[in-house]
Amino acid sequence: MALDKNQIAQRIAQELKHKMYVNLGIGIPTLVANYIPKGIDIEFQSENGVLGMGPFPFEGEEDPDMINAGKQTITTLDGAALFDSATSFAMIRGKHVQLTVLGAMEVAENGDIANWKIPNKMVKGMGGAMDLVASADNIIVAMMHTNRSGESKILKKCTLPITGVSCVKKVITNLAVLDITKKGFQLIERAPGVTVEEIIKATNADLIINGPIPEMNL
Amino acid sequence: MINKVVQSIEKALIGVESEMTLMFGGFGLSGIPENAIKALSKKDIFNLTCVSNNAGVDNFGLGLLLKRRQIKKMISSYVGENAEFERQMLSEELEVDLIPQGTLAERCRAGGAGIPAFYTPAGFGTEVAEGKEVREFNRVPHILEYALRADFAFVKAWKGDAAGNLVYKGTARNFNPLMAMAGKITVAEVEELVPPGSLDPNTIHTPGIFVQRIVQGDKYEKRIEQLTVRKKT
Repeated sequence: MALDKNQIAQRIAQELKHKMYVNLGIGIPTLVANYIPKGIDIEFQSENGVLGMGPFPFEGEEDPDMINAGKQTITTLDGAALFDSATSFAMIRGKHVQLTVLGAMEVAENGDIANWKIPNKMVKGMGGAMDLVASADNIIVAMMHTNRSGESKILKKCTLPITGVSCVKKVITNLAVLDITKKGFQLIERAPGVTVEEIIKATNADLIINGPIPEMNL
Repeated sequence: MINKVVQSIEKALIGVESEMTLMFGGFGLSGIPENAIKALSKKDIFNLTCVSNNAGVDNFGLGLLLKRRQIKKMISSYVGENAEFERQMLSEELEVDLIPQGTLAERCRAGGAGIPAFYTPAGFGTEVAEGKEVREFNRVPHILEYALRADFAFVKAWKGDAAGNLVYKGTARNFNPLMAMAGKITVAEVEELVPPGSLDPNTIHTPGIFVQRIVQGDKYEKRIEQLTVRKKT
């Protein structure tokens, strides 16, 4: 069975390490915060100006002056800090944020990512994504393996305007975990019950497959 | 103390003219100068270049200026929440310069800090880098980005005093302190104009030197864009 969005987030959460500062993008990445492994201390950064982001507020306790980069109402945890946008991107560009998880429309085998524009159709802007992908040492993409028309979002080369060059290190989809190596996509894990053949069929790029591929452990 | 208080938002807007470049603090609808935008939307001022991370929503924030076609050009990082904006952009009635968010923040900061330009890795290899100077530092390519300044910068703070010192609340700080630095004339509207001496100098976010006019905001709607809550168990 292919994973649902929450299960993708659950698998990504296994990549979190003790004492990491993490920036989560909009969509599936936001859900990762719900699955922090026990015994691990993490702080979430949101690029509009908060470190130590907590869960959504209880009904009636929402504060218009406390939002995340997706403009959702949030809370802060003990030890949180607030700052302006220039300081926020100093944390990002200065590599103080160790892990970035974001969504994508396309990822290429050289690590290029496209997620900000569909020419003549959808132009919402890049927000903080270009700053994030240009600087983070560790970038994980969280997305569905194929788009709504069933076409692979994993490609040899991006067809849409790119957000960053050779920056993505890992892609976690509803079907598979893929590492991006110097030689291209390497299949690391498959979703429970999904076969290697199914993943190959859904992927429009070459896959490096070494030996039997284990199922994800969720 | 230099007293910067003006008695009304209308007085705070004196000197704003068509064709000017204006900056607006805020992220989404959080921390936007609501009263200044509303007052500007009632004036016959057009062909504005507006610098703001977002463009408001259809009937609030900068959406009000868009609706009256007062804006010629937007300089922003993300404009996804506004249907009228998207329509004007795709039909090329509106000129749009999309800039990575960190670059936008730093360009404002640099403008206010006397740094004419800087190199950043953000956007290298993308459309954003087209026509820009590229230089490698430590074997990483960076692009040259220029500082931004504005004829007027409109910012919103939680508390402020007559000297123009400002304190922001929560994530409503965002672009406000940077744009306050980059305005030739910076107009700060505050939720609470407090008596001089009542703000602790240790806790000032924007020192008054960056603010030319300060005004008590009439009222604040403070709209929430995406209400997300959890149930009490």
